Amino acid sequence: MEILVQQLFNGLTIGSVYALVALGLTLVYGILHIPNFAHGALYMMGGYITLMMMVQYGLHYWLAILVSVIVVGLIGVLMERLVFYPLRHAPPIHDKIAAIGILLFLEAFAQYVWGADYQTMPTPYGQVVQLFGLTFTLQRLLIIISAIAVMVLLFLFLKKTYTGASIIAMSQDRDGANLVGINTNRVAMLTFLISGGLAAIASSLAAPINLVFPGMGQLVILKAFVIIILGGMGSIPGAIIGGYILGFSESLGATYISNDYKDIIAFILLVVILSVKPTGLFAKGGH
Amino acid sequence: MANIINKRFIIPVLILFAIVFPFVTQNDYFIHVMTLSFIWMIGVYGLNLLAGYTGYLSLAHAGFFAVGAYSLGLLTVKAQMNFWLAFVLSLIITSVLGFLIGLIALRTKEHFFAIYTLCVGYILYLIIDKWDSLTEGVRGLIGIPAPGNIGPISFETPLSQYYLVLAILLVVILIVYRIVHSLTGRTYIAIRNSEDLALTIGISTMKNKLEVFVLSTFFAGLSGALYASFIRFIGPDIGNIVITFDLLTYLLIGGIGTLSGPIVGTVLVVWISQQLQFLQDYRMLIFGPILTLLVIFYPRGIAGSIAGWNAKRAEKKLAKAQQDERFSQSPISAENQVKEG
Repeated sequence: MEILVQQLFNGLTIGSVYALVALGLTLVYGILHIPNFAHGALYMMGGYITLMMMVQYGLHYWLAILVSVIVVGLIGVLMERLVFYPLRHAPPIHDKIAAIGILLFLEAFAQYVWGADYQTMPTPYGQVVQLFGLTFTLQRLLIIISAIAVMVLLFLFLKKTYTGASIIAMSQDRDGANLVGINTNRVAMLTFLISGGLAAIASSLAAPINLVFPGMGQLVILKAFVIIILGGMGSIPGAIIGGYILGFSESLGATYISNDYKDIIAFILLVVILSVKPTGLFAKGGH
Repeated sequence: MANIINKRFIIPVLILFAIVFPFVTQNDYFIHVMTLSFIWMIGVYGLNLLAGYTGYLSLAHAGFFAVGAYSLGLLTVKAQMNFWLAFVLSLIITSVLGFLIGLIALRTKEHFFAIYTLCVGYILYLIIDKWDSLTEGVRGLIGIPAPGNIGPISFETPLSQYYLVLAILLVVILIVYRIVHSLTGRTYIAIRNSEDLALTIGISTMKNKLEVFVLSTFFAGLSGALYASFIRFIGPDIGNIVITFDLLTYLLIGGIGTLSGPIVGTVLVVWISQQLQFLQDYRMLIFGPILTLLVIFYPRGIAGSIAGWNAKRAEKKLAKAQQDERFSQSPISAENQVKEG
């Protein structure tokens, strides 16, 4: 019983990270209808920038995250301007390949600048806490709380502000949004900014319990794809629910099935889903 | 001038060049690099049939490449099977696996297909990496034999292997050439241009897609099996996503959806990479942006751009010829021309 609760708690932690990454991915998909394969590279850059800010410039953890969010968000905007905007009329295969090109570049870049070694990120919240018979580090609790806080803020932003509503409007109908006077270019840039920021937050939160290395985004991004297919491409609640479903099934699978194969669970889940329903669960419309 | 770059002329010249190449260089290392690029080309042709002609971007090809390589490795090293029997069996294994995966994967479209195959590729990689008792995991498989003798011909020396791989590559190119210029090839292109339209005019899209998917995995497996017997050591890394991206880079730089693209792209990139040895792990610092820029500015790659350029020139020439004709000939023939047009 104790193991089960402990694992559920771990699932909640990983699930929070997955949900944040998947949110960024699903926002971009909703706006531009491209699967941004470079999103994993943004996640990785986020981890490295936070680490660099903390270790080299001695910034506090939260300040470092703030810098990282801004920088990675701007990388996202740059990506949209330089790559996806010129490709907006190209066949879909081109976006994917271009995104892969960016991914490869950023990974090689990180390896060039920061080296291929695995690095640990120090955290001011390494204390061990005991609560309700559970033992965990404060960092894990922090991940859950901050992730949920970010999600709530994002939700309020999308639902309650004019700018946020314009993102939703554009994901519903690009031409329609354009027609009622929404500057779709600006909204696209804003979406990439938010998406990059979310990736940076997710990796900065997760890095202290994992490690920082150039390939750290690969597995996470693949799982984020599984999540947004699970939750419906472009759906925001779907990304959050999907993130937690995957988090729980992984942490439980690791304990009760096999720790070696825990990474495979997500992909088997995806293969099964797409085999049964080729357009993903909760897909909108006929196609 | 145009006649010199004629297809009829350039193909025999290229083949001749490939045949005399080892005697020209006399450098074992160059022969090694060239053989490797021939092996990659076979895989790239497989990817080209699927992504270039049918429009389905498969990201699982490194997985199938690894399946081909590991089937051959396991059958020869662990089962002690005869090389050529193992070779044929590993091709069959890859194709059957391709068929089964294709059956499900091809129900998905566009992004879903790319993501699905990405995950399939990752599963294949993870299985190879984690299934220690069968594949030796990260230690890799050592001591894979070189291709066995065919009658009196042995393939122990690098030179003989070079010619073996070249011969297989030529057969592959011939097959792809015949397919692309047949009705089947046209059908693939029709599916790429609009699947709904193809379906409407009576093409069984699923059957055709499955055909091309199996063929494509067959080539990936062939290339993997050759790789295993040539390098004679394989590790799980050959199934990594990075290999798929490498293949994709070769294809895109050469020209996706063109016949000569895989050759041009592979030779060019492999040789440039050899020249940039010092970059090794950082080569993607250069190739990543090149890939992205190519897609934006030259989506048809080198071969496609040259073909487009030639077509434009031919068109101009034709227009000019027609114009001249119109000036020189009597009004009656010009009138005829209008009627015919």
